[in-house]
Amino acid sequence: MNRRENLKLLFTGSLGAGLLMTGCEPEEQVVSGQLFEGGTPGGRTEEEKIRDAKLLADSFFTEEERKKLDTLVDIIMPADSESPAATELKVTDFIDFMMLDQPSYQTPMRGGLMWLDFEADEKFGKTFNELSKDQVIEIVELVAWPDKSDPAYEGGVRWFNLLRNLTCTGYFTTEAGWKYMGYKGNTPNVWDGIPQDVLDKHGLSNPPQYANLYLKPEDRGKVVEWDDEGNIIG
Amino acid sequence: MSFQIKENADSYDVIIVGSGAGGGMASKVLSEAGLSVAVVEAGGDFDPAKDEDRTQLRPPWESPRRGAGTRIRPFGDFDAAIGGWDIDGEPYTRKNGTQFDWFRSRMVGGRTNHWGRISLRFGPNDFKRGSIDGLGDDWPIGYDDLKPYYDRVDKLIGVFGTKEGIYNEPDGFFLPPPKPRLHELFIKKGADSAGIPMIPSRLSMLTRPINNERGVCFFCNQCNRACQIYADFSAGTCLVHPAMKKGKVDLYTYSMVRKVTTDDHGNATGVSFVSKVDMKEYKLRSRVVVLGASACESARIMMNSKSKTFPNGIGADSGVLGRYLHDSTGADRMGIMPDLIDRERYNEDGVGGMHMYTPWWLDNKKLDFARGYHIEYWGGMGQPAYGTGMSMDSMRQYIKDEFGNPSPNGGYGEGLKKDIRRIYGSTLGMSGRGESIPQYDNYCEIDPNVVDKYGIPVLRFNYNWTDQEIKQAKHMQDTFEEILTNAGAILLGKKPGPETKYGLAAPGRIIHEVGTTRMGNDRSSSVVNSNCQVHDCKNLFVVDAGPFVSQADKNPTWTILALSWRTSDYIVEQLKQKNI
Repeated sequence: MNRRENLKLLFTGSLGAGLLMTGCEPEEQVVSGQLFEGGTPGGRTEEEKIRDAKLLADSFFTEEERKKLDTLVDIIMPADSESPAATELKVTDFIDFMMLDQPSYQTPMRGGLMWLDFEADEKFGKTFNELSKDQVIEIVELVAWPDKSDPAYEGGVRWFNLLRNLTCTGYFTTEAGWKYMGYKGNTPNVWDGIPQDVLDKHGLSNPPQYANLYLKPEDRGKVVEWDDEGNIIG
Repeated sequence: MSFQIKENADSYDVIIVGSGAGGGMASKVLSEAGLSVAVVEAGGDFDPAKDEDRTQLRPPWESPRRGAGTRIRPFGDFDAAIGGWDIDGEPYTRKNGTQFDWFRSRMVGGRTNHWGRISLRFGPNDFKRGSIDGLGDDWPIGYDDLKPYYDRVDKLIGVFGTKEGIYNEPDGFFLPPPKPRLHELFIKKGADSAGIPMIPSRLSMLTRPINNERGVCFFCNQCNRACQIYADFSAGTCLVHPAMKKGKVDLYTYSMVRKVTTDDHGNATGVSFVSKVDMKEYKLRSRVVVLGASACESARIMMNSKSKTFPNGIGADSGVLGRYLHDSTGADRMGIMPDLIDRERYNEDGVGGMHMYTPWWLDNKKLDFARGYHIEYWGGMGQPAYGTGMSMDSMRQYIKDEFGNPSPNGGYGEGLKKDIRRIYGSTLGMSGRGESIPQYDNYCEIDPNVVDKYGIPVLRFNYNWTDQEIKQAKHMQDTFEEILTNAGAILLGKKPGPETKYGLAAPGRIIHEVGTTRMGNDRSSSVVNSNCQVHDCKNLFVVDAGPFVSQADKNPTWTILALSWRTSDYIVEQLKQKNI
């Protein structure tokens, strides 16, 4: 059973509404890395649930295309000492989903993946998936640098820009991507202004006329009271 | 579809159509006065405190599209508002090659689930623009009429800000504002040297409690996802649901109102609606009908309310029903701040919007356009979501190595990954939101050839910007460049010029449309009177932004709330006096 079929079952199980009859027993959910599987949660309409289930049960790329993408996304976002490679974060699955979610991506993406075989054949007499790492890089180099590339590869550059965009955004919207980025938010906290050392570093300060008016963290528990002029008195 | 009409046994004192800012406020005030109320909402119920409705604090990897927008959530997969510009089965059309985009939210709370919570009072001048510049008309009421209601709204709902004493930006009862973010201080440096004021923003989030029923802000920057502890304002969490708990309020969801029903004397008797659940027609009866379905939707219902007494629809004899439709102007610009590349990491989510803004600061007598705009600012280390890491084919050049050599655009590999980390949080920008001049020729009307999937005739729009708005957008662009450049930012993109009307957003895009049922003392040039009571039908009221004579350079919600409260008080008084 491939991943898509697995997902289809999982989703049917979680909806419990028999949206997608499969005739199999639902399997236990496989927690794959840090990714959440299933449709978006939270206040969904029936139409949204059905659409997400349908898209997740479907796939756009062929096995051959997936193999090309696995190679490329790891070239764009490789593993390093601080962070994993794109395939470890299932970036190809994300790109596959986006093809279905925003179908205007389909033709340019598929066109670019087809061009890879054309170029591989011209240069090396092989398909792209048969190339060595060095040969792959030779092709990537043709289209990876928009300001320096040969105008003859304009279409390839545009496609690689799209692939780079989706790969990078798929990478940085994972837990590992957040960790690498150093994002500290998305958690309850009390904002009390820019840290002093950061202000000092940039030679900036909060506007002094509001010093006594800004929120004081210790007041967050007290119900506010005003006088008739709108001044806070308690 | 079935045309079986079901008469509901229930009769109410008041039926309110729509549960957004206007309808929500009316439901609260009228039910607290002891009246029995039916709220009829075209979408479903929604409560962000329930975990099954919660999108707040969910990271992007819980969305298979990583938070990207969809047709019904164009502002992102976690945005609370359900509907969008293009709703399946609920079309609208346009006329004469013009454009108007209509944003709708089909749910309890309506578009208050989406908005930026910018909560500005209209000032004394905003009610008298016709007298000031000779364009358009004055409101039949002034700031003093609404001030007591603005005060009450501040205290009931909560808004942070600072007392500034600016004549046309009236102060209110403010909660303490949050301190600025780093990019806001950089922008302020630019604004200061351009002589442009920047003051703490005025947003309806609770930095301190106003009562013991709602929580206080915990600074996650996600108000647009709806707050599970009700620390921000939305009509569902702060008005409709509390009203249902306290008073006699029945909520009818998935109920698409077709028309206001009337008797032979021209009085409203209730509403007729289609249930989206069973596609059957239902009728509800009441002594008073209140429309709060949004400026355009309420106008549509009135136009479709044809009867023997009102052969052209209710309010149509004024000749202005649907006319003077106007939205705010909008234009934006973006830059990158070299000083913010490689910046220190800390949690700067803050509230769900800017911490500082610029109110209108100039004198139009010295300018070549008539009305002002305010400026909203954005930037910072926001949550990485769909879109983060994109555009490196044009942005990477702004990152320099230790020798000052710029990175090449595009690329791949470990160096690209590092550059995305280095550039994070260094872009910033601003958006102008301005006042347009209401025009008789900008309007919505019933399209004679198109119905929605409930069989209800749909709206057709005709809308053109004038030179006033285009010149204002040009001024915005010049201002944006001045502020960004003075702040030390590098401008991104090309400056929008006349070929794009200086980047002026299409009408409807700012989602501040008003004016379709405008108020006035003269029934031949207005649809409702100064109490938002329909001239032709004295037990029918409009509480959304339809009655606005002019839409200031402020966001309309605070004024919708204040006006709806005032109208609701009038309804209670008129019922007591048996005038309706």
